[in-house]
Amino acid sequence: MSHKEEFTLKINGETKVFLAHPMERLLDTIRSDENLTGTKEGCGEGECGACSVLVNGKLVNSCLIPISQVASSEIETIEGVANSESLAPIQKSFLENGGAQCGFCTPGMVLAAISLLRDNPAPNLEEVKTALSGNLCRCTGYKKIFESTLICSQMEDQQ
Amino acid sequence: MRNSTSTLSMTTPEDLSEALQLLADTDKKWIPFAGGTDLMVQLESNLLDGADFLNIWGLFELQGIEESDCEVVLGALTTYSEIRSSEVIKSEFPLLYQAAGLTGAKAIQNRGTIGGNIVNASPAADTPPALLCYDAELLLSSSEGQRWVDYQDFHTGYKTHALAPGELITHIKLRRGQEKKFNFYHKVGTRNAQAISKVLFCLMVQVNNSRIEKFRLALGSMAATPILMDSLRDAFEEQEFGSDLIEKGLSILNEELSPIDDIRSTGAYRKKVTLNLFKYYMEKIYVGLGQ
Ligand SMILES: Cc1cc2nc3c(=O)[nH]c(=O)nc-3n(C[C@H](O)[C@H](O)[C@H](O)COP(=O)(O)OP(=O)(O)OC[C@H]3O[C@@H](n4cnc5c(N)ncnc54)[C@H](O)[C@@H]3O)c2cc1C
Ligand code: FES
Ligand code: FES
Repeated sequence: MSHKEEFTLKINGETKVFLAHPMERLLDTIRSDENLTGTKEGCGEGECGACSVLVNGKLVNSCLIPISQVASSEIETIEGVANSESLAPIQKSFLENGGAQCGFCTPGMVLAAISLLRDNPAPNLEEVKTALSGNLCRCTGYKKIFESTLICSQMEDQQ
Repeated sequence: MRNSTSTLSMTTPEDLSEALQLLADTDKKWIPFAGGTDLMVQLESNLLDGADFLNIWGLFELQGIEESDCEVVLGALTTYSEIRSSEVIKSEFPLLYQAAGLTGAKAIQNRGTIGGNIVNASPAADTPPALLCYDAELLLSSSEGQRWVDYQDFHTGYKTHALAPGELITHIKLRRGQEKKFNFYHKVGTRNAQAISKVLFCLMVQVNNSRIEKFRLALGSMAATPILMDSLRDAFEEQEFGSDLIEKGLSILNEELSPIDDIRSTGAYRKKVTLNLFKYYMEKIYVGLGQ
């Protein structure tokens, strides 16, 4: 057994202190300790993107990161994307354009799309495909997801 | 939730010198932990039981890409995303730039490091053939001191390498040159993103007035380690580029390559594809030289 240690993380803007084993996966911190269950576990091996979150603004797979490596970092999960009044434009676009069916992949897809649009506000289809290539969807066949992302990028206030 | 993580320890040193001091305690089962994109997936295997992970991710001495007149030095923690945003890598080391873009998807590229790719030592890894083509050198450091090793001598067999206990790779050096080079990187896999290669083909040829000055062909997924074809280098350098050389190269490759069958492909397919790629790109160079 390893000893539990204290780690301070900022999750969706709020500073939180966790007592955890140093190798605890960030995914487990988010889902089990913090009860933010929007972040999903699909494969647990970096292949599916269901567990995608942003760490200091960068898209990562939270199943592959131990909590020790994100001490003092800023984490954004799907719960932080909408504000209390309304959904973010990318979420609206997924909703309006059929980008979500069962919804399991959606939190990861939305975060991957946000990460793309922050770097590249006007992507073409190829760039969208590349940016979302680490996120698997078993329902939509991807076309609607790519469209939702492209349509959002053409809206005036995309983020 | 994964139970196994509660039995594993991780220590986070403040800086490189503390990391090397810790690693010097060889009674511990230290395993350096960089981006973790290989190690986290291997956690289930009992090989990592009782490991003492050393968290090197935050070590600033191992980060960043530095340019000087004659060389470009990458910190071992340079991620694929950082390679993709480096102008000098893009323009002068295009094979490495392309390899980084073909490694995993964005989330992996944000986290996976070049040092991790090298030490994980998969024969199918994407950056090693590019590093072989550019005669990369590695700086290895321990609490005892530092030494440079040619990357070509680093892999000693399947998943074995030249790192001594207590050593880290800290830097990777690439020499710059202004000469005109032909660079071709070709990954054959089942799909573009996140696919492990069946064949990696990486060719760098430097020609001066139709005379070959440098010739490097490096291959991945063709042997127990990434390989550099020394025999082609020896046969081609200082020769005139001509169609007879292409034939000669094909026969050398035919004789020397003996890739294995595995779950991703067959040896026969791998060899056939490599020969075809060789012919295709060599003819392209030949045409490019205007002969
Ligand atoms: C979904 C997925 C897709 C992937 N796709 C690809 C792909 O397309 N192509 C490819 O080549 N790889 C791929 N990989 C493998 C992996 O991402 C790369 O090998 C990556 O570069 C590993 O770097 P890391 O920093 O994450 O390594 P880690 O997991 O942190 O470490 C890997 C090994 O290197 C050692 N190590 C790391 N840094 C050092 C150092 N500086 N000195 C000494 N030892 C060190 C560690 O002890 C460990 O043994 C993929 C992985 C996943 C999960
Ligand atoms: S659960 Fe993390 S990538 Fe699949
Ligand atoms: S909507 Fe069901 S997995 Fe994508």
